[in-house]
Amino acid sequence: MDNLQYIREHFDQLQATDAKSGLQAIRKKAFDSFNRLGIPVKHEEWKYTRISPLFNKEYKLSQEATSVSWKELEEVRLPGFEQATELVFVNGTFSFPLSTVRSNQILIMPLEEATKSEYREIVSKHLGHSSKYQKDGINALNTAFVKDGVFIFARKGQNVEQPIYIYNITDSRSGNVLSQPRSLVYVSENAQVQIVESYTTLGLDESFTNQVLEIIVDKDARLEYYKIQNDSAHTNQVSTTHIRQIAKSYTHTVTISLNGGIIRNNLNLVLDAEYCEGHLYGLYLQKGQTHVDNHTVVDNVKPNCFSNELYKGIIDGKATGVFNGKIFVQPQAQKTNAYQSNKNILLSDDASVNAKPQLEIFADDVKCSHGCTVGRLNEEGLFYLQSRGIPSNIARSLLLHAFATDVLEHIRPEPIREYVNRLISERLEFDGHD
Amino acid sequence: MLTIRNLHAGIEDKKILNGINLEIKAGEVHAIMGPNGSGKSTLASVLAGRENYEVAEGSVEFLGKDLLELSPEERAGEGLFLAFQYPVEIPGLSTTNFIKTAVNEIRKYRGQESLDAVAFLKLMKEKMALMNIDQALLSRSLNEGFSGGEKKRNEIFQMAMLQPKLAILDETDSGLDIDAIRIVANGVNKLKNKDNAVLVVTHYQRLLDYIIPDFVHVLYNGRIVKTGTKDLAFELEEKGYDFIKSEVAEEVDR
Repeated sequence: MDNLQYIREHFDQLQATDAKSGLQAIRKKAFDSFNRLGIPVKHEEWKYTRISPLFNKEYKLSQEATSVSWKELEEVRLPGFEQATELVFVNGTFSFPLSTVRSNQILIMPLEEATKSEYREIVSKHLGHSSKYQKDGINALNTAFVKDGVFIFARKGQNVEQPIYIYNITDSRSGNVLSQPRSLVYVSENAQVQIVESYTTLGLDESFTNQVLEIIVDKDARLEYYKIQNDSAHTNQVSTTHIRQIAKSYTHTVTISLNGGIIRNNLNLVLDAEYCEGHLYGLYLQKGQTHVDNHTVVDNVKPNCFSNELYKGIIDGKATGVFNGKIFVQPQAQKTNAYQSNKNILLSDDASVNAKPQLEIFADDVKCSHGCTVGRLNEEGLFYLQSRGIPSNIARSLLLHAFATDVLEHIRPEPIREYVNRLISERLEFDGHD
Repeated sequence: MLTIRNLHAGIEDKKILNGINLEIKAGEVHAIMGPNGSGKSTLASVLAGRENYEVAEGSVEFLGKDLLELSPEERAGEGLFLAFQYPVEIPGLSTTNFIKTAVNEIRKYRGQESLDAVAFLKLMKEKMALMNIDQALLSRSLNEGFSGGEKKRNEIFQMAMLQPKLAILDETDSGLDIDAIRIVANGVNKLKNKDNAVLVVTHYQRLLDYIIPDFVHVLYNGRIVKTGTKDLAFELEEKGYDFIKSEVAEEVDR
């Protein structure tokens, strides 16, 4: 059966069976958008990342959490989980039984339930805000099927001690799966929260994860968000993280892409109030055929905001990297300070990167800068280390790890930082041997 | 310890060394002096195994092994050390971590056990005191933002940690003021003993006021044209390299 036909049928079925849902209207609107926009084919924002071929395959659009056992969950867990709130999605559906909430400073509620709770106004106001920035059918497709997502609410004035770990599990053991996790996070006034997300596919069939996470950051709140992508080569994903700072606040994000098939990250940072501060870091360490596309948008809507962005790439094999960093400074956003830097090392002749910084400035009293480099491994540095008795494969690994350090050091939860550093060391030393 | 016989080497098609002969024994300090472009740094690079240099002829024997057959890391393992003229800055690599890796890789090469954290720290503290180097410097990224003097002190500190048999100091005095030269030279002198050797490559005589050579060799057009004692260095300082050039010219005329 044709995939789009299947999606349409599935949508009708969802709307019919879930008729009383508070999410009916938003789904309908998004589905209309999806029908209008379709899967991006000749789309400027998708120039270097072709995802339409992925839709030639048949996927199961599962809405049911299939059976993932506790034992399987053990394999997925991130270090430090004993002191973390763990939220588990299976095939895009939030699983309460597999999740463990270890904090009363936050509230975790199914999105559906939130539409009928005291938080309904927050949900109706903020859910779907990302569509203003992701004007393509992919984002609409996620929203059209929003049902079993989760609402995360960090309570006012709470410095949430336990980080929130979100495990996105795709179970492709019996056929290709399209999974569409969806969450809405609200960081209340004076609250602080750390979120760490990972992606794991169980099974050998193809998986395609189309995720949307929307985060609202209120007055004097602090958000740290870490994304760790280390899935297998037969998995693809479009991961949209939409952060909106609605009052003077602080955000800090680190995106680490180590493995996968096609990875497209959309990271939007909307500085929608005066004196907001945002930091964006990213590292893509690629080999094989992996394709990683980081599309970032920093939208300075109000005056006096500060943002700093640093993305680094190490690309080997036949892998391709894409960095597209947009900074908008709206007419009223005077005194904006916005910085952006993208640095890449290509390790093979077949590796490539497409880097595109894009500044659109409509105010006149601003400080903005961007820079981009693409180079090779520092040969003189390699000789220096070798001349001290360090074998070339280890010297190479040390140099590449050193290159990544000024991104990695921004991963603040220690168990996660150590974990990522270990993954990278093992990977670089192993690659140095072949 | 080191025997260089009729060494011819160059980079790409350019011949730089035209038949070097040199013998260094344990316990000796040798200085190689010469005008710019005479091949001093090329000799240091060829000995340490820098890529892109081609050896056309000749041999180098180091402690009974064919040095030219070894990779740069193997040469270090055998006990060769090159103090760089321009130590490389590597942001993101901590100096301590770098030295620890180097010490343990060399130990591994020699079939020795790795030093554990405690033993390494002990060794480092001992050498820090000897070299009068600050902990703060070692916790920074390797050479990043170091002053010229700090970079050269770091080179000599690495030498202290790795305890080479033969240390080659490539223009270690370049860019240093007289106080920094004294500190670096004192470091080298403290490490000097009857079992190791030092080869000082320099343009100026002033470093040799502090590291006293047993032999001074003058390199010109890729050959050693004159060998003497430390007095030869004074003579060069006084008369300039032109007198060597004219002597060589006379020899050719004759």
